[in-house]
Amino acid sequence: MLPEPTLNTYLALSAVLFSIGTAGVFLRRNLITILLSVEVMLNAVNLTFVAVDRFLGTVDGQIIAFFVMTVAAAEAAVGLAIIIALFRHRESLSPDAFTSLKW
Amino acid sequence: MDALFFWIFAAVMVVASLLVVGQRNPMYSVLLLIVSFAALSGLYVLLNAPFMAVVQIIIYAGAIMVLFLFVVMLLNVRTEEDGAETRRPFDIGPGPRRFGAVLAVVLAVQLIWALRRIAEAPFAPAGPDAAAQTSVYAIGLRLFREYAFAFEATSVLILVAMVGAVILARRDPHLPTRKEQ
Repeated sequence: MLPEPTLNTYLALSAVLFSIGTAGVFLRRNLITILLSVEVMLNAVNLTFVAVDRFLGTVDGQIIAFFVMTVAAAEAAVGLAIIIALFRHRESLSPDAFTSLKW
Repeated sequence: MDALFFWIFAAVMVVASLLVVGQRNPMYSVLLLIVSFAALSGLYVLLNAPFMAVVQIIIYAGAIMVLFLFVVMLLNVRTEEDGAETRRPFDIGPGPRRFGAVLAVVLAVQLIWALRRIAEAPFAPAGPDAAAQTSVYAIGLRLFREYAFAFEATSVLILVAMVGAVILARRDPHLPTRKEQ
């Protein structure tokens, strides 16, 4: 029989997902994949908010998770615009190609 | 029954997230992230948060991920470059990456260790009024009363992000591109 999930299980799952996202930010050499890893991290945090919300029996965590989602949308829009602008200059998506501040 | 669904969704989510990070083709990464979001939406349903589940699918999978897909297709970069030719003399390449992997593992161990220190906290069983407490009605009341200022501030944030994205992605006629140089 599978163990019943408790708040601890949800928090552990969220921690694992956050670590996966962190590893992606560190390991990948592609700006788009790095942004996707940041999305994984944001969703791990959202899962924490909603799980604690269920534990406390309130809706505030869901509202904060909702705001996190809007911020994620804004972040994705601006980040992708920056990626497009960078790609126009260097024809590359590797962060190693953008080590100089001016060219 | 709920426990079975939890473990299925959790397994799907972890595997999909690992593959998102492990893929070399960004297109597959985006599609796998949508799978991961679908599983997360299922977890929200198990957590008595149907509003978040629906918003997760509509906004995240439907809007943000489509934006990512558009950019991946627009730039048309198939696989990640190794970066060996652009590497600087002092940039060791795999060294910092290995360091980053170690840091991520340390973070995971740290988080799990910290979480093991708190007592086991089972959820209170969902009462008959659980659905009313977490309904869209309850969320809306709270969102437009206590959080009204944050809500309005968010609208300004999105407007600024939109204007910023348009300005950043605009083709500047004064800046020469790589090809013209």
